[in-house]
Amino acid sequence: MAPPSSRRSGFSKKAQFSVFTGYLLAGVGALAGFGLLLLSLWQPSAFAPLRGVAGDVVAPAGEVTAAARSGSDGFFDGIAGYFRAGSQNAALREEVEIARIRLAEAEAIKAENRRLMALMALREGETKPVATARLVGSTAASGRRLAFLGVGRNDGVKPGMPVTSERGVIGRVLETGRNSARVLLLTDSESVLPVRRAKDDVVAFAEGRGNGLLRVRLVNLGINPLKAGDLMVTSGAGGYYKPGVAVAVIKEITPDGGIAQLVAEPSATNFVAVEPIFEPAAVAALRSPREPLDEAAATQPQSPPVPSDQGSE
Amino acid sequence: MMERLNQRSRSDPYGSRINRTQSPLRAGSVPYLSIMLGSLLPALLIADVMPLVPPLGFLVLLAWRLMRPGLLPLWAGAPLGAFDDLVSGQPFGSAVLLWSLAMIAIELLEARFPWRGFWQDWFTAALAALLYWLAALLLSGAPVTPELLVVALPQALLSVLIYPILARMVASLDRFRLVRARRIE
Repeated sequence: MAPPSSRRSGFSKKAQFSVFTGYLLAGVGALAGFGLLLLSLWQPSAFAPLRGVAGDVVAPAGEVTAAARSGSDGFFDGIAGYFRAGSQNAALREEVEIARIRLAEAEAIKAENRRLMALMALREGETKPVATARLVGSTAASGRRLAFLGVGRNDGVKPGMPVTSERGVIGRVLETGRNSARVLLLTDSESVLPVRRAKDDVVAFAEGRGNGLLRVRLVNLGINPLKAGDLMVTSGAGGYYKPGVAVAVIKEITPDGGIAQLVAEPSATNFVAVEPIFEPAAVAALRSPREPLDEAAATQPQSPPVPSDQGSE
Repeated sequence: MMERLNQRSRSDPYGSRINRTQSPLRAGSVPYLSIMLGSLLPALLIADVMPLVPPLGFLVLLAWRLMRPGLLPLWAGAPLGAFDDLVSGQPFGSAVLLWSLAMIAIELLEARFPWRGFWQDWFTAALAALLYWLAALLLSGAPVTPELLVVALPQALLSVLIYPILARMVASLDRFRLVRARRIE
């Protein structure tokens, strides 16, 4: 279709001005967008309140699609189970898988207990989740891997809190609205998570690669002790996550670690739990600027830098 | 009373021509609402592995702009892009910038080629969608790894292929927009 003749200004001063104003406004819009973009790349949380309001509006609609998704997931699982050996097959398989994860986690907890008892017989209480909610959506069109949660500030959710499903770690709360929150998923390429191998103390960082897999990088380089099939669990370093929660299973080995597959896939989860920050004091200490205690401490070689564990958006 | 020979002689595709007129509210709001709905739709899906859904908001904007020149003002990219940024996960401002640039670029292109056909429109939309896909990845605030580019390729392909469907949807929305819904008293 050809543009209407109103776009051709001809000799009419009025028409010329209105075309000019259109271009001017569009140019100003583009410039403003560029400025806002620079601002939000420099200060990722600058527009968090605005996004929170938008998230609050979208979340109720997301609840509906989330319910439909979990319903249809079960439906397709049932059909798949029928084709294999009856619909209970799918349920049993899921159960066995979770049991396997739990077994590996139990192994991790055993190692943890040994270590703690060796230290000073420290005991930890059970952590109660702050809130339980569905994942109501995600940024499916963007290169970032963020998910939306149906709970927010009103339910006590705060930025930094870990989000887990019954299988393992999903991610971390990035921004909160009144009734919605944004979760930085582990697969986002800004996400860094301190992990260790479940059966011993090989520590590493699990970084998102942006393609659904995690890149596990060992802290101590040398002979790579990892093997395909190893389960990586959270190490608790950084203070956000409680130690010993399943994160990923190593799929292939690379010179500096491995490529790992997620244990808890966000698209396959129904409900997730938002847990309190494991060591709020440690997180607060990491966030505040560090000052050397004395000269000796300043000159001593530093331990490996603790990852900021901060996803900037 | 005489039977009318042709029942539809007093109406056209937009409805009866007697005693009816178009609703200005509907005629003005449908394009904007459909573009905002396109922005919202990808946010309701869970994509944990890769960018899965084409940027529907931008593609609907392109379809409206290419099929109905002169309907959206030149500056419409900025406010609609701001809405898209709130839900898309991109850093705020990226769609404001890119949508405004796209509107200006199409305006300049249109001054050059005022008469176009469907295939030419599809080519324009495909080019714009591919450039937008790449720019959005670069501006997303996350480091662009080769792996990310590879897994985002299906999204680029989908954005190109979905244009004909969106064009048909926009055409039917345009008919809906111009239906004579208001009764003149």
